[in-house]
Amino acid sequence: MLQDKDRVFLNLWGQDDWRLEGARRRGVWDNTKDLVALGREKIVEIIKESELRGRGGAGFPAGIKWSFMPKQIDPARPHLLVINADESEPGSCKDREILRNDPHLLLEGCLVAGFAMGAHTTYIYIRGEYWEPLQRLEAAIVEAREAGLLGKNAAGSGWDFDIHVSRGAGAYICGEETALMESLEGKKGQPRLKPPFPAGVGVWGLPTTVTNVETIAVAPTILRRGADWWKALGRPKNTGTKIFSLSGHVNKPCNVEEEMGIPLRELIDRHAGGVRGGWENLQAVIPGGSSVPCLPKDICSEVLMDFDSLREVKSGLGTAAVIVIDKSADIVEAICRFSHFYMHESCGQCTPCREGTGWMYRVMTRMVQGRASIEEIDMLLDVSYQVEGHTICALGDAAAWPVQGLIRHFRPEMERRILDYRKQASAAVAAE
Amino acid sequence: MPKLTVNGREIEVPAGITVLQACELAGAEIPRFCYHERLSIAGNCRMCLVEMERAPKPIASCAMPVADGMVINTDTEKVKKARNGVMEFLLINHPLDCPICDQGGECDLQDQSMAYGYDRSRFHENKRAVTEKYMGPLIKTIMTRCIQCTRCVRFATEIAGVEDLGLVNRGEHAEITTLEKAIDSELSGNLVDVCPVGALTSAPYAFAARPWELKKTPSIDVMDAVGSNIRVDARGRQVMRVLPRLHEDVNEEWIHDKTRHACDGLARQRLDKPYVRGLDGKLRPARWEEAFEAIAQRLEGADPKRVAAIAGDLCDAESMVALKDFLGGLGSPNLDCRQDGAKVGDGPRFSYLFNTTIAGIEQADAVLIVGANPRHEAALVNARLRKRFLASGLPVGVVGEPVDLTFETRHLGNDPKALAELAEGRGAFAEILEKAEKPMLILGSGAVARPDGAAVHALCLKIAERYGLVGEAAPEGWNGFNLLQRAASRVGGLDLGFLPGPGGLDTAGILAAASKGEMDLVWLLGADELDMAQLGSAFVVYQGHHGDAGAHRADVILPGAAYTEKNATYVNTEGRVQLGRLAVFPPGEAREDWTILRALSERVGARLPYDNLGDLRRRLIETAPGFARLDQVAAAPWEPLPDSAGTELSSAPFTLPIDNFYMTDPISRASATMAKCAEAFVLPKQAATGTEG
Repeated sequence: MLQDKDRVFLNLWGQDDWRLEGARRRGVWDNTKDLVALGREKIVEIIKESELRGRGGAGFPAGIKWSFMPKQIDPARPHLLVINADESEPGSCKDREILRNDPHLLLEGCLVAGFAMGAHTTYIYIRGEYWEPLQRLEAAIVEAREAGLLGKNAAGSGWDFDIHVSRGAGAYICGEETALMESLEGKKGQPRLKPPFPAGVGVWGLPTTVTNVETIAVAPTILRRGADWWKALGRPKNTGTKIFSLSGHVNKPCNVEEEMGIPLRELIDRHAGGVRGGWENLQAVIPGGSSVPCLPKDICSEVLMDFDSLREVKSGLGTAAVIVIDKSADIVEAICRFSHFYMHESCGQCTPCREGTGWMYRVMTRMVQGRASIEEIDMLLDVSYQVEGHTICALGDAAAWPVQGLIRHFRPEMERRILDYRKQASAAVAAE
Repeated sequence: MPKLTVNGREIEVPAGITVLQACELAGAEIPRFCYHERLSIAGNCRMCLVEMERAPKPIASCAMPVADGMVINTDTEKVKKARNGVMEFLLINHPLDCPICDQGGECDLQDQSMAYGYDRSRFHENKRAVTEKYMGPLIKTIMTRCIQCTRCVRFATEIAGVEDLGLVNRGEHAEITTLEKAIDSELSGNLVDVCPVGALTSAPYAFAARPWELKKTPSIDVMDAVGSNIRVDARGRQVMRVLPRLHEDVNEEWIHDKTRHACDGLARQRLDKPYVRGLDGKLRPARWEEAFEAIAQRLEGADPKRVAAIAGDLCDAESMVALKDFLGGLGSPNLDCRQDGAKVGDGPRFSYLFNTTIAGIEQADAVLIVGANPRHEAALVNARLRKRFLASGLPVGVVGEPVDLTFETRHLGNDPKALAELAEGRGAFAEILEKAEKPMLILGSGAVARPDGAAVHALCLKIAERYGLVGEAAPEGWNGFNLLQRAASRVGGLDLGFLPGPGGLDTAGILAAASKGEMDLVWLLGADELDMAQLGSAFVVYQGHHGDAGAHRADVILPGAAYTEKNATYVNTEGRVQLGRLAVFPPGEAREDWTILRALSERVGARLPYDNLGDLRRRLIETAPGFARLDQVAAAPWEPLPDSAGTELSSAPFTLPIDNFYMTDPISRASATMAKCAEAFVLPKQAATGTEG
């Protein structure tokens, strides 16, 4: 269990002042210029050494991503840092708490990471529905500017740095980094093709790095306390702390910062007051937000919460949004609802996702009732594989995985429904 | 040159191309829908997925640039599965109404589904339906068939330069729309060609024919002087449609809407038998002998100086050389192929050609347009200018009426004064021309047809010399002086010397003489754009294919062949000699034009010395050796012209020769489709200017 001395997010629950004064009390903005003084290369090196992995879902090593930015800054092509605060993953609400309860943590991270990437400008693309977090974030930026922490010679570091906030308009796809860039440019949020990668050609064609809020927010603390401290937490390759969002059928839904690699059961029991009705009442857990496959109880009892452990059981850590489903819920209908979500949020640009999400949803609605044939379960699985990996962005994968998880672990349930529906239908005919 | 391996075969390819192109070079066929060589890359259909070593997922080959050492596989089980999957997705919401779809038989989706599709559907849900969109009189939409490849959107925004099309909504509700606006572009017909399915089809051709019923003849367009390469599709004796043919140096793979859709005019208002005006003043059908007799009577003993001929805009070189020889046999020097009265043509060849060449536009770094609207006078030249503009931000100055050319232009003035200023090196644009390495000047054919056309022409040559567009100051091989012709026959006629002989009269002279009663016989070879009232009491022979202004005035009508009905030679504005071919036979008793002249020459006792097309072409080459070089542009060397003294520049503003793009010649004026276009696109604009009366 994470000890208090190792916490990064000291005001995650908002019990303390979110403003600059409170943040300073918690050590934010403490001698930030010393961190900048480490130099671009050293910062990237420390982050690389810490094995910090991106907190936005894919878990790409942050240090390596930062190092993709061109080493030399072409004055005609200024570098940009873009913070992805378009947190729209169903189940996930960690960035919201950072933005509203500890915005300065993010701002300081922006300065340090921005400097490491050679960026003088940062855009924070915040989810449009996040009204209170937006208010606080903007207030924090004003405070920081007034205190000289942003602007010319930010925080006395000698680096000119400023932050702009841009609001999303409610599209899930705009959380995808290239769609976010399109949206930031004022265009329709549709993912771009890669290559070219954003570090080469990003927003307005400039070298850009798009990073999740949490990844950036932990960076200054890692730099202060050292890569070794961070690496000592968690498990190899899955280091440090992580905010878990626990929701669904638990007694006390919450956001909590914990060590990576904590057993799922311990996480739920210790921080969320356990599953409603006890562990035996657990049906399934979706461990990383709606995009990842669900896990049945027997796996949940054993699995550790980190990128690699969850990948081993064919799921994923995603954004660490743990959705707990007890036995009172209709698991097929729950996944069907996700399918509807992805159909609704597909941008419609590329074929497999545009056509496949609707197809999967429609088959799923029949699966909920059992109004299907047994063979259609395999067909549905096949369709999901036809979508997965064939699309421009990862939304296709995200749409396919929940369905695959359902079929992998709950096929007997689906078959039972189909047989029941048939039995009822023939009984109805017989009664007539 | 990166080296990569495609299906185990190592191949070296040019840097900067895509994996898809590299696979094609290696002989591996890649299916595709959204990819189009001339459009930006969308990568959205996902049909072109291939496997790349070390990539976890299949990659979209159309969007992946080649790199050294890539290992690509296009024939693995994984690739096959991916393609089949994408094809299945494309088909689940496609109506599969091929039997009633006009694209049937030439549909990318149909063709590729034969190779990559399953033979039955696993999709048991309801299909999506999409409401039709209005796109104007030329494009019929059945949007349920759309596969959202966005080729049309990219064509409209990139090539045509009109932002009338877009993809709205998202997910499975995504649809292409125009927001109920007709696509106001001369190139809109190409949308039908770029659409890989039957969502956008040709409205005038709807349900008219199936591709396998059509006889396809490669030919040359005559609706403007670009000489677009076309394919004429005919069923029986009727031309059903006209499609573009690839020619990188001329029209790439586009044609404009008049080229494509004026073909229904070929079946209307046709002159299909000879006519002779009777004593009652009415034209009555006649036999060929009667018509020839009437002409021979007039010519007998006539003073050759009182006989004249004017060739129109659609004439082929063969008929013009035959008519020239015919008049020569009579001893008449009065002939002119410039029915618009242009004041150029008797000088050196470069002075009336588009010397830079159309492909050469892609090297230009500054353009000055004088008294022309290339969008209407040569839509594909304008498309090249736009292409160059998009690639390099080409600065374009316009002297004359300000028009929307689909790209940014700088208006320098309305009248020749602006030109005079440039010739003296004044103005901001002078600096641009000064700095440009390969500047070009495009002089409109309307500007040289003004009364002061010769002076305008001379002034433009002076500008060309001053800024190094021509001559020694120009880069090696560069000639930036261009006269943009708009009549398909013009350069051919000028090359042949279909011009007044010694002491002969030009068009204006012929008309002036005729109106004074000093002309006995005027021969109009497809010449309809004249003020017929000026022909006075002259005996008029009209040889042509449409009952237009000329035929209305004629005393004898000799029915000829339209451009789809003869093997004929045309020279485009660049000076490129191209062959048109007979796709259908002329209607009724109409004949190929040169044969009419050949037959008549025998009747009047001045027999032309050729009995077949081969002989005639030999004569053509003898008259102008350039005709021997098919599809080549021989550089017309620049030479300084003597000062054209005596002609004064007027201060009248330049006017544009075409106010209705859709109706410029006898064929397009007879076309119902072009009438609909004029109604949809031209009339509303005229109404808006308040000139509709």
